[in-house]
Amino acid sequence: MTGDMILLGLAGVIEAGAPIVIAAIGETLTERAGVINLSLNGTIILSGMVGFWAALETGSIALGFLAGMVVGAFVAAIVAFSSITLKQSQVAVGFVLAVMCKDLAYFLGNPIMGAQAPILYAAPVPFLSEIPIIGTLIFKQSIMTYISIILIIFAWFWVSKTRQGLILRGVGEKPAAAFNRGTNVVSTRYLYTIIGGALVGAAGPFYTLSVKAGWKGTITGLDGIGWIVLALTIFGGWEPFRVAFGAYFFAFLQWLGLVLQSTLIFIPSQVLQVAPFPLMILALLLVNLGNTDWVERFLATLPEKSRTRVKKLIRATRSQPPAALGTPFERD
Amino acid sequence: MDIEFSEINKSFGQVHANADISLKIPGGEIFGILGENGAGKSTLMKVLSGYINPDSGEISLGGEVSHISSPADAIGYGIGMLHQDPLDFPPMQVIENFVLGQKGRMILTYKERIKEFQTFQNKFGFSLDPRAYVESLTVGERQQLEILRLLWLGVRVLILDEPTTGISAQQKDKLFRALQLLAGEGKTIIFVSHKLEDVESLCDEVVVLRKGRKVGKVSPPYKTDQLIEMMFGKQITLLTPEPAVKERVTLELKDLVVEKYPLRIEDVNLQLKAGEVVGLSGMEGSGQDILLRACVGLLRPVAGQVIINGKDLSHKTYLEFMQNKVSYLPASRMEEGLVPGISIAEHFTLTGNTDRKLFIDKEQFRQKTQEKIDEYHVIGRPETPVESLSGGNQQRVALSLLKESLNILLLEHPTRGLDIESAIYMWEKLKERCKKETSIIFISADLEEILRYSDRVLVFFSGYVSKPLDSRHTSLEQLGQLIGGKGWEDELVAKESYEPSK
Amino acid sequence: MNPANKRTLSIVFQLGGLVLAILFVTLILLLTGANPLDVFKNLIVGAFGSTNRVASILVVWVPLTLVTCGLLVTFTTGLWNIGIEGQITIGAIFSTGIIRIFMDTSVSPILVIILSVIAGIAGGAIWAVLVGLLKTYGGVNEIFGGLGLNFIATALNIGLIFGAWSREGVASMSGTQPFPEVYWLPNFRSYNFSWVSIAISVIGIVIIFLLLTGTHFGLRLKAVGKGMKSAHRLGIPPKKHMLLAFLICGCFAGLTGALQVVGVYHRLIPSISSGYGFLGLMVAMLISYKAIWIAPIAFFFAALNIGGIQLPIVLQLDSTLSGVLQGSLVLFILLMQGVKQRVLGKS
Repeated sequence: MTGDMILLGLAGVIEAGAPIVIAAIGETLTERAGVINLSLNGTIILSGMVGFWAALETGSIALGFLAGMVVGAFVAAIVAFSSITLKQSQVAVGFVLAVMCKDLAYFLGNPIMGAQAPILYAAPVPFLSEIPIIGTLIFKQSIMTYISIILIIFAWFWVSKTRQGLILRGVGEKPAAAFNRGTNVVSTRYLYTIIGGALVGAAGPFYTLSVKAGWKGTITGLDGIGWIVLALTIFGGWEPFRVAFGAYFFAFLQWLGLVLQSTLIFIPSQVLQVAPFPLMILALLLVNLGNTDWVERFLATLPEKSRTRVKKLIRATRSQPPAALGTPFERD
Repeated sequence: MDIEFSEINKSFGQVHANADISLKIPGGEIFGILGENGAGKSTLMKVLSGYINPDSGEISLGGEVSHISSPADAIGYGIGMLHQDPLDFPPMQVIENFVLGQKGRMILTYKERIKEFQTFQNKFGFSLDPRAYVESLTVGERQQLEILRLLWLGVRVLILDEPTTGISAQQKDKLFRALQLLAGEGKTIIFVSHKLEDVESLCDEVVVLRKGRKVGKVSPPYKTDQLIEMMFGKQITLLTPEPAVKERVTLELKDLVVEKYPLRIEDVNLQLKAGEVVGLSGMEGSGQDILLRACVGLLRPVAGQVIINGKDLSHKTYLEFMQNKVSYLPASRMEEGLVPGISIAEHFTLTGNTDRKLFIDKEQFRQKTQEKIDEYHVIGRPETPVESLSGGNQQRVALSLLKESLNILLLEHPTRGLDIESAIYMWEKLKERCKKETSIIFISADLEEILRYSDRVLVFFSGYVSKPLDSRHTSLEQLGQLIGGKGWEDELVAKESYEPSK
Repeated sequence: MNPANKRTLSIVFQLGGLVLAILFVTLILLLTGANPLDVFKNLIVGAFGSTNRVASILVVWVPLTLVTCGLLVTFTTGLWNIGIEGQITIGAIFSTGIIRIFMDTSVSPILVIILSVIAGIAGGAIWAVLVGLLKTYGGVNEIFGGLGLNFIATALNIGLIFGAWSREGVASMSGTQPFPEVYWLPNFRSYNFSWVSIAISVIGIVIIFLLLTGTHFGLRLKAVGKGMKSAHRLGIPPKKHMLLAFLICGCFAGLTGALQVVGVYHRLIPSISSGYGFLGLMVAMLISYKAIWIAPIAFFFAALNIGGIQLPIVLQLDSTLSGVLQGSLVLFILLMQGVKQRVLGKS
């Protein structure tokens, strides 16, 4: 394999990772406010179908994305309403929506299977795309890929450098304290659940209009992505940069699976395609081990020096969720 | 600014937390609100600060009816409250806590905010590190931060709910001086407490609440007896129970070292005798809970031994401690004591399946539960879910669930949140167990409780542990000083002289 | 409010959820231009139009009932066993493996079938306990551990069908070579369901009902589910009970997979779990985890599945409409529960 091919492959990884990045950043914002939107798997498929349909009908890719985002925001609003206002289990409602939206997408999308909708092409940035290596890697992508990269930086900036971001963190960490400081916890949670849902909803059309262009019903290849995004949010420790790293790493592994398929023919292709999943579990294991009690017990038996060293290592890798994640806020 | 409550009512379920409370607080005073736990003090103050909306009644500020329905409204009127459990963000930095809730430009420039914060805190003689994480601060420091934050927002009425619980003597002095300074500037301070001495030494006027109602208003000079009678309704004379200490050693700690971030306790040595009661005293978070948890296998010691009845259980689990008849009653009843969503009878079924049967004999357990309910005067029925019981009744159920014959019983804040009768009842039951040779170790923030019921006391101060003190020869003042970090020279010397014998 | 009134009101809210779900689906149908009445009529006719159809409902009822039985155990323990799909698949793989090993030997076919079912149970149990171990000792939330293992199980299944166990000549999506008929579970008369499977399902329901409502073990599981820390302090080891709950659920899932192989498909097929695991999760949610309701609600869901099959043929609509109907039913009943609590207050 030549250097150029690798470079093109890696540029493909950035592209393939982009929808995952957008969805994962969206979910990160939602969870930072203390709400888990578990419906992602269904949301992405449904928004992918609706976005494809909208683009097909109107011929406008932008309207396709907009339609997808509206779908994502709407599903998220149901999650918000049932968990924040009606105080039902976020996991239960999210799971039901994940299953139902998927079926709904296949049902409603039946008539447009295999149709030809417009496709979002790459738009190289003048001058910047001429830079060796980086130009090919980053600046010869589609506009949505650029947006995904900007989104990472923006989300980081928003969460850690702005007043609104500080309030967001406060609401997810200790809603009672945020409320005590004049924050409207309910509307903040609604807002970020819906914004997060809209971002997730942008990932669907990103697939059906660009990365995996087309709507082919059950074999469109979107099933499973939502669950990956949820796992990535944990892996990324609710930090935008770490979440984005996880998304690209996942896309990289999938690309590697495809590349190796031709070289390692003795391994069935299905096995290589799922290689990222056991790795995902291992990664989750790594970031969560530090939170388990037996590790703490084990550490207590180690001699002083190695104990502090291991502890530092665990502190660096482990990810701790927002303290109020998944719990409703009661005022009295 | 004068504050006037008129006929405030607030109920939680069947508990009438505030009943027709009318009250006038003149501006520029330090005004005390006194009452035992559960008297309705916090509820009334949460109503004023907008955290709770009353069922009926209104509040006038400076003669005009106010419309406070959220903390944001209250801040708008210049009212801020320091809650008993600090409402701050432990995993965030001091400066972030300070800024959160302020209005201002969208993008945060921490450099400038830190400068402002530093000049502001110097005014009050506080010295917090703006970049420190709040979880690493002491309770007193967290209070200081919260007071600074409220004052920066321009608060003219400052409510403090039980601010002297868990802070050192110096921090208390500092707090009182700051409060007097603020009152001098014309700010209204509302000081909520159940501690007579604090109220007596600080407040210009005191109102006493009992069981949700206003009992009366008192001005200095205060008569302690009168205040107590107002608080409790009658003069309660507490009997000091007789010690029941036997010679047999039930628990031995040998050079025990335990750590739980950020605290580390070193070289604790203790021989607990059968029937003995040892109280663990200190500011909250000074390491008492860590030691207690190490004695029951919930925290593994880093070094040293925990020996129960001659058996080394140092690295065993909680369940093995339980098999050796060590029991533990945690402070948070619904999180760590009783299972919410299941009934009292089901609790007895869970703990009572001693002959390891497969199927439940429901009638048998119902009867057994009814007997226990009668014996412990629990207000509830066997099928009542535990979460719908009152705090006192929950604690009675937890106590009645303990096995009959225990070697050691470990208790965290056994009477916190209980009314005085339940508390006395609780200790009667515990002392009965001591007579049957059960040893008790308990944590309490209430110094009087510590001195009254313990045979010996261990004092904790930021991870240091005193040698066992004989409670008969220890005064409240001595204990208070040790807790506040004074007089430790003797203790440390005592520890060093201990060293060679190892 | 007295208990009788409360129960009536509770039923009113549940019926409200049902009505809303039907309205929602009607709206969807109007959106696609279909005649809702036609569709509902076809769903009913499709499900109950002939004895063969009713027999088909029972074919779906068996796996759905069995997974729901298992899931009630994990739900009682406060666990979301989303890994159930993978557990069914692994059960099916193990079960197929055993038959393939003994197929051309002289071992009695009945013994082989029994062995195969036991192997299936073991397979499901292993896969479930793996999720449990990841949860209890690795701190990995069971939802994500389970999902990851689902993907792996699916890949393993497809890998086997197209690889090691592929049919001679054809690498087809239709699955492995069907077993000789002696290794099939006996069918009931000429219908396509087996009385053995029905009997096993009924026994499963009885076991789960007794376990959860009458035994000390069931109560301990409930205690762990409602308050893990408190249960531990009362002397119940939570990790052990969580693992046991996963083990039991995995056994049911593995059994389901095995019965699909020996009783329905007589071979391994790519989508062997047929989504019954996720559907079982929905059934469990709909019946608020009460064992007494498993049989009727599983039957209702199974009927919807079968009723949906003829939609593409008769009305050119996708059969996933059944899924939409089932999903909206659960969703609206959950929502109405929330509305009820809001209206009546928590008690």
